[in-house]
Formats: sequence, C-alpha cells, structure tokens
Amino acid sequence: MTMNYGKWVARFNRGLLYAFMIALVGFTALPIIYMVSTAFKPLNELFLYPPTFFVRKPTLRSFFDLLTATDSSVVPFTRYIFNSVFVSGSIVAASLIVCCLGAFVLSKFKPPGASFIFAVILSALMFAPQVTQIPTYMIVSKLGLVNTYWALILPKIAVAFNIFLMKQFFDQIPDALIEAAHIDGASEWKIFWKVIMAVSKPAWATLIIFSFIGNWNDYFSALVFTTSETMKTLPLAIQTLAGGPGVVARSGALAAGTLLVTLPPILIFMLFQRLVMNTMVHSGIKS
Amino acid sequence: MESSVEISNPLRVTAEKPKRLKLKLTQAGKKAALGYLFLSPFLILFIVFTVVPVIQSVYLSFTYYNMLQPAKWVGLSNYSVLFLEDDTFIKSIKNTFVFAVIAGPLSYCLSFMLAWVINSLRAKMLFSLAFYVPSITSGIALSIVWLYIFSGDRYGLLNNWMLSWGMISEPILWTTDPDRIMPVIIIVSLWMSMGTGFLVFLAGLQNVSPELYEAGAIDGISSRFQELWYITVPLMKPQLLFGAVNSIVAAFGVFDIAVAIAGMPSPNYAGHTIISHLFDYAFIRFELGYASSIAVFLFFLTFGLGRIVMKLLSSKEQ
Repeated sequence: MTMNYGKWVARFNRGLLYAFMIALVGFTALPIIYMVSTAFKPLNELFLYPPTFFVRKPTLRSFFDLLTATDSSVVPFTRYIFNSVFVSGSIVAASLIVCCLGAFVLSKFKPPGASFIFAVILSALMFAPQVTQIPTYMIVSKLGLVNTYWALILPKIAVAFNIFLMKQFFDQIPDALIEAAHIDGASEWKIFWKVIMAVSKPAWATLIIFSFIGNWNDYFSALVFTTSETMKTLPLAIQTLAGGPGVVARSGALAAGTLLVTLPPILIFMLFQRLVMNTMVHSGIKS
Repeated sequence: MESSVEISNPLRVTAEKPKRLKLKLTQAGKKAALGYLFLSPFLILFIVFTVVPVIQSVYLSFTYYNMLQPAKWVGLSNYSVLFLEDDTFIKSIKNTFVFAVIAGPLSYCLSFMLAWVINSLRAKMLFSLAFYVPSITSGIALSIVWLYIFSGDRYGLLNNWMLSWGMISEPILWTTDPDRIMPVIIIVSLWMSMGTGFLVFLAGLQNVSPELYEAGAIDGISSRFQELWYITVPLMKPQLLFGAVNSIVAAFGVFDIAVAIAGMPSPNYAGHTIISHLFDYAFIRFELGYASSIAVFLFFLTFGLGRIVMKLLSSKEQ
C-alpha cells in the first residue's frame, strides 16, 4: 500500500517536472513564435493597438516587400542572401579541411613543437575574437583585400575552436588503426581521408554546424571589412534596414527578413543534431 | 566498430617496434616534414590572422596611430589616459563587469541545471532543441523582436501586457531609461545563452554510465542531488572547464546584443561595454593605438580569468 503511494508521488513529481519544463520551453519560444507570426502579418495587423501576438490573416506580402522594396536601393536583397551563403559556405569548407589536417598532425604526427603549438591554440580559445580585429583589419587592408570576399573568408579559416574540437576527437582514435593502414601501404594523405575522416564523421559534422552558424550570424567582420553596399551580408543588411529611414513602412519587410536570417541555422542544426551530441563528449578541456 | 577490432591486438604492433627502430629514425624526420606540410595551411593562416594581430595589438597600444600617419611611439600614455582620464572607459568596465558577474555565472549554472534535468527526461532531443535554438538565432536579427517586446511606448508588447494587467500605470522606457538598459540586455543574453556550453554539458551527461549511479546507490548515495554532486560533477570536469572558459569569453565580449538593444552610443552610456568602447575608438574615431590598449586590457583580463578558472577546477580534483 505504502509502496503504491510512493510510486504515485514519484509519478506526480515527474508530471510536475514535465509540466514545468514544457512551460519553460513555451516561455523561451515566445520571441521565436512572435517572430514567425509577425513575418506573416498583413500591414494593418502590424500596427494594431493593442498589439496582437498571433497573426490573424497570414500573408506572404512582407516577403514580397522584402525582395522588391529594397530594389529602390542600389542592391537587390537577393545579393545579401548570396553573399551570406557564399561567405559562410566557403569558410566552412576551407576551415573543415585546414583545421582537420592540422588536428591530424597535432594528434597523430606530433612533430617537434606540436605541444607548444597546441598550447598557443588553447590560449587563443581564451579571448574574444574582437580583440584582434584592429590588426586584422590592418593586415587585410595591407593585403588590399578590403571590400572583397577574401576579407570576409580568409581570417575565419584557421579557428582555434575548430582545430581544438577536431584534435580532441582524433585523440580518441586508436593509433593501431593508423598503424594497420600503414602496414597496408596507405600514404598519410590517404590515411587522412580514408581512415581519420571516415571514422570522425560526427566530429566534422559538428564543425560544419558550429562554423556555419557562427559565420552566418557574424556581422562584426562584414561591418569592419566592407564599406560597399554590395558586400554586405544578411545580418548587416537587416540591421541597416532596421536603422534606416522609413523604418515604420518597412517593419513588415524587416520581420520577414529576420525570419529568413534565422531559419537556415535552425534547419541545419535540426538536421545534424544527433551527430553533434555524439561529438561534444570529447570537447572538454583536460588539464 | 572497426577500431575495436584493432585495439584487441596491440601486442603485435608493439612487438614489431624494436626491430624497426633504426629505420624509424629516418622515417621520423620524413614524417615530421610531412606533418609540418599538412599543418602549414593552418599555421600560416593562424599566425597571420591570430598570432601576429595579438603581437601587433600589444605594439600598437604603445603608439598613437590613425592609419594615415605612421605609428608614433607614446609609451604608456594610452594606458594612463585609459585608466585615469577616460570616464567612459571606466563606465564601460563597470557595465561589462556587472554584465559578466550576473549573466556569466547565471547562464553557466542555468545551462548545467537545464542539461541535467533534460537528461533525465524523455524526448531529450526535442527539449534540447527548444532551449538551444535561441542561441543560434542571430542576435542582431532577433533584436527587432526584442525592441518590439521591450518598446518604451504603449505599443510595446511587455508594456501593453503589464498595463492591461494593471501592474504598471505608465509605460516603462525599457531600452532608453539608463537604469533599465542593463537588466534588459542581461535578460536577452540569458535567453540566448543556452549555446555551446549547454550542448557540451548535455553530451557530457550522456557519457556518464548508469552503472556508476547504481554503484553509488550501494555506497549510500540517496538523493538525486547527492548523485549530482558526488558522481556527475567530478566526472564532467573537462566539460565544466570548457563551458566556464566559454562563458567567460562570451560574457566579457558582450557587444552586439548591447548595441542592438540600447544603440550606440547608448543613453548615458548605460549599455556601453568594453568592446563597444574598443569599436568606437577603432572604427569610428580611428584612434587605433588607443583602441589597441583597450584590446590588450581585455585580452589579459579574459586570459587571466581563464587561467584562474582552469586552476580552480583542476585543483579541486586532488
């Protein structure tokens, strides 16, 4: 009898916990739900008093406005989308190869000085990237890269976090696996692609996601390294849209733009979530 | 799968080693060369865009430099102006510390507790997605939503709700009243803070094998909180350390949310952070030497704090 009672209490507590967590999820999701609902609001609903949370007559008008209204300025909105996709995509691809190769060396070759290099990388994890922005800007302008895609891509490739993540994962791959490939006569280059990269699919999937999300949302480097309207990336374009004249008239387009910027990272994360969770186990700092 | 097969016969590999030692010495040189070759793309880019900038920052911080004329050595004067005369900088330090001291530990603990609770629930994936999504949304883009929610007039969502529930009689100027700006920035940052650290904690928790809890139960651990303290936390030290370093850097690097909410310059500099100050001098006034001294200060601040946290978390173990 008492056993049963205890069970009921436990079950009740559990139910309470679920209810609490679901309420919390609802609360944290509010701004996102609001963002989605606003993007589909027709013009008259945007300025209702009292303001409404949910859309009543959903319309795609704001999205058309976004794509056409910005036509009056020199650059079509699709250009910003292309810039963002191109820049983030290039960074992710280049960073993946460069950082994985580097991590492979630091983890498995260990040439003289490897531990020193790793210590430097580890300390690079410990400061905000904005700290180096001024000299980076000077280097970029000295190389004549201001207002080019190179300025947005090159400085973002060799990221301490990426090589750190990959090295932690490669460390878990047993050396015997590589030895075996050696005995089979495989070259180091082949081992890297056919053994290391094949085994660490979850790790580089993680790198792709983190790198994509970070660079997709980055607005600091576009702000600093570009001055021309044609080079702006999406987040920066949205901010200009928000700050420029005629904000009220554009608030529908703004909401639609916000939704457009926010959607790709969410979709990418959802696609790869299971893989991410498998990798992060290895990413702690061992002291 | 493949690797487990290979681990089972490491004997053969080690047995072969002494015989091939002489051959391996020359091979080692070749291997190192190849290693540097593979490492070189990373090293070159890392040196050009991370190491050199850090060193150059330190050098520039002792000069007056405006990009048009060559840098002029001024010794420590940037630093003395920074700490003794620049009231706005002192204000930005104060703001950043208030933010870091409140938002840093709070988001850190919150991420861990949420990860811990979620780990015991069903539909882990769904719950973690729900809490993680805010952190991957663009702070800048979503600021439009926040500005609407915290708008200072009656049309603002929060004001509107509070007015209709009778909690306030007049709309509150959330983003323009200097006393309210920091709290709003902190709330928005907390909402966005279930990010990388949170995911690392989740993964670390999944790594703790259930047998350890069973063993713990036999050893007399009776409550979930004892389990957390005596089994889970010690096992998650690497993840906890990573999360701590991550949240320190994030907390002291606060910038875009502050600008998005309070604008730049913010009313009475209430939302002015160290990075805002750096940005102001570097890319608006082009006083790059002075801005570099701010960067160097921030660098040593986060670096020192990171070291302290590392020491604290690793010494606890012994």
